[in-house]
Amino acid sequence: MLVKFILNGEDVAFDAYPGETLFELLRRNHHTEVKGNNCKTGECGACTVLIDGEPVPSCTYLAGKINGKNVITVKGIGDYDNPNIIQKIFVEEGAIQCGYCIPGIIISVKNLLDKVSNPTEEDIKIALSSHICRCTGYVQQIDATKKLIEIMKGEKK
Amino acid sequence: MSKTVKEEIFIEKKVIGKNVEKYDGLPLAVGNPLFTDDIFLPNMLYGKFLLSPYPHAEIVEIDESEALKIPGVKLILSYKNTPRIPHTTAGQGYPEPSPYDHFMFDKKVRYVGDRVCAVCAESIEIAEEAISKIKVTYKELPYVLDPEEAMKGEVIIHDEEETTGIYDKKRNIISHVELNIGDFEKDFSKSYYKIEKEFFITQPVQHTPIETHIAITYFDEYGNLVVRTSTQVPFHIRRILSRILEFPMNKIRVIKPRVGGGFGVKQEMVLEDVCALMTIRTKRPVRIEYTRKEEFIASRLRHPSKIWISLGADKSGKLNAIQMKVLLNNGGYGTHGPTVLFNSGSKTLPLYNKAESVSFIGDAVYTNLPVSGAFRGYGATNGYFALESAMDDLAELIGIDPIELRKINHIKEGETSPVFEKLGEGREGVVQYIESSALSECIDLGKKIIEWERWRGKRVRNGSFVRGVGMAIMMQGSGIPLIDMASARVKLNDDGTFHLFVGATDIGTGSDTVLAQILAEEIGVSYDKVKVYSSDTDFTPFDTGAYASSTTYVSGGAVQKAGKLIKEKILEYAAKILEEYPEDLKIEDDFVISQLTQKRISLREIGEKSFYSFEQEQIEVTASFVSPKSPPPFAAHFVLIDVDLETGKIIPIKYVAINDIGTVVHPNLAKGQVIGSIVQGLGYALTEELIYSNRGVPLNPNFLDYKVLTALDIPEIIVKFIETYEPTGPFGLKSVAEININGPAPAIRNAFLDATGIKLNSLPFTPEKVFKVINKIKIEVKKNLHN
Ligand code: FES
Ligand code: FES
Repeated sequence: MLVKFILNGEDVAFDAYPGETLFELLRRNHHTEVKGNNCKTGECGACTVLIDGEPVPSCTYLAGKINGKNVITVKGIGDYDNPNIIQKIFVEEGAIQCGYCIPGIIISVKNLLDKVSNPTEEDIKIALSSHICRCTGYVQQIDATKKLIEIMKGEKK
Repeated sequence: MSKTVKEEIFIEKKVIGKNVEKYDGLPLAVGNPLFTDDIFLPNMLYGKFLLSPYPHAEIVEIDESEALKIPGVKLILSYKNTPRIPHTTAGQGYPEPSPYDHFMFDKKVRYVGDRVCAVCAESIEIAEEAISKIKVTYKELPYVLDPEEAMKGEVIIHDEEETTGIYDKKRNIISHVELNIGDFEKDFSKSYYKIEKEFFITQPVQHTPIETHIAITYFDEYGNLVVRTSTQVPFHIRRILSRILEFPMNKIRVIKPRVGGGFGVKQEMVLEDVCALMTIRTKRPVRIEYTRKEEFIASRLRHPSKIWISLGADKSGKLNAIQMKVLLNNGGYGTHGPTVLFNSGSKTLPLYNKAESVSFIGDAVYTNLPVSGAFRGYGATNGYFALESAMDDLAELIGIDPIELRKINHIKEGETSPVFEKLGEGREGVVQYIESSALSECIDLGKKIIEWERWRGKRVRNGSFVRGVGMAIMMQGSGIPLIDMASARVKLNDDGTFHLFVGATDIGTGSDTVLAQILAEEIGVSYDKVKVYSSDTDFTPFDTGAYASSTTYVSGGAVQKAGKLIKEKILEYAAKILEEYPEDLKIEDDFVISQLTQKRISLREIGEKSFYSFEQEQIEVTASFVSPKSPPPFAAHFVLIDVDLETGKIIPIKYVAINDIGTVVHPNLAKGQVIGSIVQGLGYALTEELIYSNRGVPLNPNFLDYKVLTALDIPEIIVKFIETYEPTGPFGLKSVAEININGPAPAIRNAFLDATGIKLNSLPFTPEKVFKVINKIKIEVKKNLHN
């Protein structure tokens, strides 16, 4: 079945197999920035993408339902030549170890910063809690997010 | 700062100690294709295992006929058509200390999750369908899940003839150790204070690296078998594959891309053999990955264990005698059994070197449970839970502050312990004096930050909550002395930059970054002048791999040596151009400068000349390093907890970890290692446990039922370093990777004791368990009141 949607700002049309998940569809079409040979049950958050502005684990989302929707992966947030401030600060703060969880986490942090005007530590922890990171112990990720909030406040002034 | 800090530390360092940008940080943050699975190969086949549903059974018949009829099924591998070569799946130095008790496939299965056979097919769906069509007839055998039962020998788990290295097959004992220093019985009996055979239980836990095991194998254009795999030990994988596939070693190339976490579970060959054999037989690329469930049941675990401790002390609290008895449940195979067993004593007992007598007795035992292997902390984690808990009980008995007790007894700079020499990794160790330690200072600082005096013994109540504070201290090692070897190759390019090739395996720890820092510092150039290539068995020199807290220390040692050598070569070469003596030259800010005449030449010019115009040669060196010692890092951990008496929930409020890891090379990465380790240790202490049915079936192999901590579950965590200078380490450094996982379980246990007066000696401290214990005590108190 042919599905048409917007992926990182571009119109795409992919052939989806019956029963295929969005995660599988994206990876099969070389969107390897979405990580997740992992849980495949929506529990770890590694495969998270934004669908119409909501963070969703792509491994539990049927590809057939994606028609007409707007999908953003971590590449849509920033790439190597043009990284987003979130990506830069995460690197700077030591919030990345193996990095496998990071594309998903950056999606959730982006979503938090876009939607909540002045996030508290609790808000940050809730946003991160849909992700399992086995390496970092989360502290540096929380700190990086706090720093991002400060930077954004500064920009608004 | 510590008294141990020597002059060297004050020599200004330019790269070491700085938070340079992590080499792979940005590529990871933008999701570049870095992991095993991220490269797509055309024409790929998929492999899938059929795993045993029985804890112990003989395979009578495998009927593959229906499965083979499915279009797209290429091959089914089982004991019937694979080589039967005994080996261990442990990725350790050769000859491995682990027994050779494993075959690619066997006629017998030894745990729920053991390999029965494997299908290779055009897609994963076809492979799965084929698996469901294979009919296996099993003859169930009696099974045993408890190590003490297993040692009676009524059920024999490894009766095959070809095995080697098993201590006592008839009693299922993989490895046995008995170490006696002094006369334990005598010194213990004359002790004024005694903790006698206090008994501790630890549970099976899984590493849960966020990327499960995955391997992709293919033939390159020259007929080389390429193995792209998520591993901590590429060189060991190459060696083992060559032997068991009977395939020439120089035709096997193992590539380690970025690895999505390891923590020990990838110091093991769990997929590569079958994946590679499928490629050899089909001549096509093959990919096998474990699902999360398979990762839980068919990869490796931390050893469940039982530990008995006896401590004897004199009136002043000085320890006279320590005895530790360890019983490890290794599951169906003996991988890492001997070494984890030895380590549970060798990494813990030297900490209290004041005791005249030390007795260490242990067994690693086969059972019909899933297999235990290497896990960050490697035996020390189990050992410290028991030892550091018992130390608090001794303090309580004596009536002194547990911090005081530890200060009287812990090992100090300039001291040694006979345990170092007697107990190594599955064999004897090496003599070792502590040349750097700030443990006392770590304890003092932690005590202050946690506000020990404010909370200790106060049992502050707030509704149903009661507060307690506890602590633990520990040491680990840095590499395996006289075994671990690492090497590094460095070349100078014509733009004055350097390429560093290391066999060292960065599994997310940041070792590529840290090794580049060491090289840049040693040569005298900036960090961005060094580009790192790591862990490709065809292109990088040998390294034993990422384990035993060895990378920064051992591989760093090799890199520093290589840095020294290439510096000498560059200065000799520059001396000829500048017409000076090499002794008068030094490298600074990308220039070679004469200290006599101030004549200078840039590294770029040197590179260029060496390639094109003057005494043409590639300026390049290789160096190797074997660690003569394994200097321990030290840590003191403190935790403040609230216990909810109504629900049994233990809530860590504040966690303080003070570390002496020698020189801190990269503060942010080091901090990350400490915190990551602590949070893993908190999971071990509070929530994580793989639960089995009484038939040995894992009941919670998924992230919903197996509770890994999330961002919402962590306390405030304060990490500080007290820098020392370790003279045997490059730029004075020691290891950091493992030590901090050992603290949370005993520290929380001791805080709970402070809060409630109750001793919790069985991990994990889940609300159910804690609630039951609290309730039992409440009922007993009531009963006593009535009597
Ligand atoms: S792989 Fe999708 S949430 Fe884990
Ligand atoms: S950095 Fe490895 S899982 Fe998060």
